[in-house]
Amino acid sequence: MSGLTFDIAHLLAGSLVLISFMMLYQDRLFALINVFALHAVVLALSVAWQAYIQDAHHLYITAGIALVFKAIVIPVGLHRIIQRLGIHRDIETAVGIGPTMLAGIGLVTLSMVLMLRVTPEADPLAREDLAFALSIILLGLLVMVTRRNAVSQVVGFMSLENGLVLAATGAKGMPLVVEISVAFSILIAFIVIGVFLFRIRERFDSVDVGALDDYRGERR
Amino acid sequence: MTGFSFDAVAAILFIPAGAAAVLATMPNYRMTAAVNVAASLLTLLAALSLFVTERPAPGQYLLIDDLNIVFIVLNTFVGFTTSVFSASYIGHELETGRLTAPNLRFYHAMYQIMMFGMNLAFVSNNIGLMWVAVELATLTTVLMVGIYRTHEALEAAWKYFILGSVGIALALFGTILVYMAAQPVVGEGTNAMVWSVLIEKAAHFDPALLSVAFIFLLLGYGTKVGLAPLHAWLPDAHAEGPTPISAVLSGLLLNVALYAVLRFKLLLAANPQAIGPGPLMVTMGLTSLIFAAFMLYRRRDIKRLFAYSSIEHMGIIVFAFGMGGPLANFAGLLHMVMHSLTKSAIFFAVGHIAQVKGTQKISEIRGLTESHPGLGWALVIGVVAIAGLPPLGIFMSEFLVVSSTFARHPWLAIPLVFGLLIAFGALLLRLTGVAFGEPRGGMAPVEASYVPMYSHLALVFAAGIYLPAPLVAWFQHVAGILG
Repeated sequence: MSGLTFDIAHLLAGSLVLISFMMLYQDRLFALINVFALHAVVLALSVAWQAYIQDAHHLYITAGIALVFKAIVIPVGLHRIIQRLGIHRDIETAVGIGPTMLAGIGLVTLSMVLMLRVTPEADPLAREDLAFALSIILLGLLVMVTRRNAVSQVVGFMSLENGLVLAATGAKGMPLVVEISVAFSILIAFIVIGVFLFRIRERFDSVDVGALDDYRGERR
Repeated sequence: MTGFSFDAVAAILFIPAGAAAVLATMPNYRMTAAVNVAASLLTLLAALSLFVTERPAPGQYLLIDDLNIVFIVLNTFVGFTTSVFSASYIGHELETGRLTAPNLRFYHAMYQIMMFGMNLAFVSNNIGLMWVAVELATLTTVLMVGIYRTHEALEAAWKYFILGSVGIALALFGTILVYMAAQPVVGEGTNAMVWSVLIEKAAHFDPALLSVAFIFLLLGYGTKVGLAPLHAWLPDAHAEGPTPISAVLSGLLLNVALYAVLRFKLLLAANPQAIGPGPLMVTMGLTSLIFAAFMLYRRRDIKRLFAYSSIEHMGIIVFAFGMGGPLANFAGLLHMVMHSLTKSAIFFAVGHIAQVKGTQKISEIRGLTESHPGLGWALVIGVVAIAGLPPLGIFMSEFLVVSSTFARHPWLAIPLVFGLLIAFGALLLRLTGVAFGEPRGGMAPVEASYVPMYSHLALVFAAGIYLPAPLVAWFQHVAGILG
């Protein structure tokens, strides 16, 4: 593999990790969604680049899904939902930004150490993709646990899922990648439709997921 | 078969899928309930025919072997009895106006899609396909948990959705890692995801990568098994959804995820250099058992009580499989079957009880054996069974788990027995209040369907007294496969 193709793949995957970090400190919902749209665009580029260097044409479909569905349709939909539900104010983060960033750095270090250590024999590109993908997945989880708002949890989940798509496309010749990305898009569509149809904001006094324990009188 | 070849595997998949399409278009609820029962019965018959028909050779996507037949037959059997229970339960919900006719059409179609997803997960030979099937089964149950559209039901469904999705994402990452480990040995393409190919070549996979993959898979699918500390979705989803769904969640969906864990455990066991999956599973199993046993004491809601009991029993089962060896695996399999039968029977009883009393609060339900002897005694037998008292089936399987632990790792038996006793105490404490004493709450006679619950309990009772030799031989054989 020539140096340039490798560097470009590396650059794109690395930018995804950086954008994941940007999500950690967004304190407004609109900004968070815009950052997520950027995440999806970079993912689409990265997947398309993999499709090109692996000569795997079916991956262009995955790239297309990422671009159209995740970078355009979902963010636009979420913008409208937020306006309808009237929650375009600050995000209530459960943990402060400083500790969150530190935790994020810790998680990225962890995934680098872990993945680079267990895959010494794998193809270097796949290996680094995997390490970046695990970082993105863990950062996505971090977004989900530090936010208590349904919409930002969805955004966290979607960024996590972007990490999975990156890992799946990095694994050379993996079958069912397109099917899995379609399955995930359906899952996400369900989540977003669920937020909207069930008016999670309107029907619940808060979108706080921790409230049910109180409701049942079984506070743990 | 004369003239045409009867494909049992296709039947197991196409009957639920076809039934879902038909049910989605039928307006009359009595008819949809009947069709639901009929389709479930046909699927059960197709599953039973797997014993006698010739097995297809393992393909790239589908596989039938001795291990998954047990799961498929159990799945379709409980699916069938639950559909019978559901027919009477749902009728009552319609009368009280908690559900409307369009809700029911949706509910029945979803029920069959869920059966399709679970059966597909069992027969899939491809780890990618298995993942998709588990995701499908999860999605349909999420939709059904939220079907009452109340504040609590939506919140439970949301929690289940988010935690389930995270679990499923981790499982996918694990699946990708397994592919990465397999790819240098098996080569690129579909073959590197075919389980029957993977198991043959697993000894040559990179052990470190395979070990990391298993940790992700155990965490991911373990979320769906309801192992602590990833269990938070389980009690809410059980308590807020319709009771037939609680029964299939506890009795079946947890088994689907467990089955996925077992398949990957086999893969790991085939590679001598990889970490042993046993200690991880033993630790998670024991944690879940002890945690859930203590949580049982603080429950105020009867369905949540039994949901925690499910966590406890899945802990025991995972512990048994983690121990490994012929005896512990045998015990784990038997315990899984017994738990599925008993827990679904308990939920059948609880469903009718909650309907007739109009509440799920334990403190408002008293003296059931006097006011509703049929339901009350079913609950008593069920709880006695689930608490592990002789002579019922769960006593035997728990006894086997404990004795095999004593034989091999006596130190592990101490926390195990401790957890079992704590849970035992909690369940009997709650049972005496609910079943005996001065009756309280609604006294209306109940139109319950006793057949499903008593047939389950009869099976559990029979298994406690006497296990037929062919069944024992079959289980021993499967336990041998599980290593």
